[in-house]
Amino acid sequence: MDEAQHLDLIYVILAAAVATFATRVGGYVLITQLKHIPPRLEAALNAVPAAVLTTLVAPAFVYGGLDVAAAMVVAFAVGLRFSTLRMLLAGWVVVMAIRYAFL
Amino acid sequence: MNKDEFREGLRQGFPVIVAASPFGALFGALAVDNGFSIADAVFMSATVYAGASQMVGIELFGNHVQPWLIVLSIFAVNFRHVLYSASIARHIRHYTPIQKFFAFFLLIDPQYAESERRAERGLPVTYSWYLGFALIIYFLWLVTTAIGAVFGQMIGDPKAIGLDVLLPIYFLGLVLGFRKRDRFLPVVAASAVASVAAMHFVGSPWHVSIGALAGVVLAACLPGERAEREGEPVEQGS
Repeated sequence: MDEAQHLDLIYVILAAAVATFATRVGGYVLITQLKHIPPRLEAALNAVPAAVLTTLVAPAFVYGGLDVAAAMVVAFAVGLRFSTLRMLLAGWVVVMAIRYAFL
Repeated sequence: MNKDEFREGLRQGFPVIVAASPFGALFGALAVDNGFSIADAVFMSATVYAGASQMVGIELFGNHVQPWLIVLSIFAVNFRHVLYSASIARHIRHYTPIQKFFAFFLLIDPQYAESERRAERGLPVTYSWYLGFALIIYFLWLVTTAIGAVFGQMIGDPKAIGLDVLLPIYFLGLVLGFRKRDRFLPVVAASAVASVAAMHFVGSPWHVSIGALAGVVLAACLPGERAEREGEPVEQGS
């Protein structure tokens, strides 16, 4: 990479940082314009965590391969009773067992 | 600043670090692979601070995609944060403007989810707790980026050491944390189906925004559970 290209890269990174910050402050700016939050909007906002986080889980389960899917099923069962750290450990053990022990 | 709450935040950040560190290292390694210097990689982690979008960014940069398209793609991947900042507003209204600035800069997925969980347990989302939780993760993100950039080739294939399952499982744990909320099952079902379909028909990263929108819109359309069972305790058995 020469000097000019490197400068381009720095500009791209800075623009990306500004764009990302805009997404992180944008919702707040919009919502605080409202004096009163209607019940349906409140219900929608309440659904945000489960809705967004599910989109980071479901495709990995479906398209990640059988080993990943099996690890997630076991982690799910563990997660109903135990902490996130134990879910991570259980899932990791399952995926490593499938990848190495059964090949 | 309340020291105990700050420390509690630091401690709660630990599982996040376990799940995210391999990806910080992976980002550093891939960035160097795509022509970044070690300093460039750390600079991007420090300023953008959004793992998935950073991966997309270096991939596009390595393929010599036009700058504006790289920035637009990063914006698209991070668009879900608009929902986070709208939703978290209820809990952090009391922060000063400068505190809000840092709070929003550090508003990553686990930060948002843990803040919501804390509020749900009836604990205040204080700035001390928020910052403790955020800073330990931010610091480790920079460190692991640098380690990955320096020792990139030594990590090899993350699949070979089972690192690829950690992030989905971590997010699964976060989803489970919200299972007592109103409309949990319909919201999860709608977002799961929509994100899987969008991944297939539209492609990444749009599956995040499309899937999230499906669950959120459904929640707005469903009749309110609380209103229907007025007088009954809202507590649902698990």
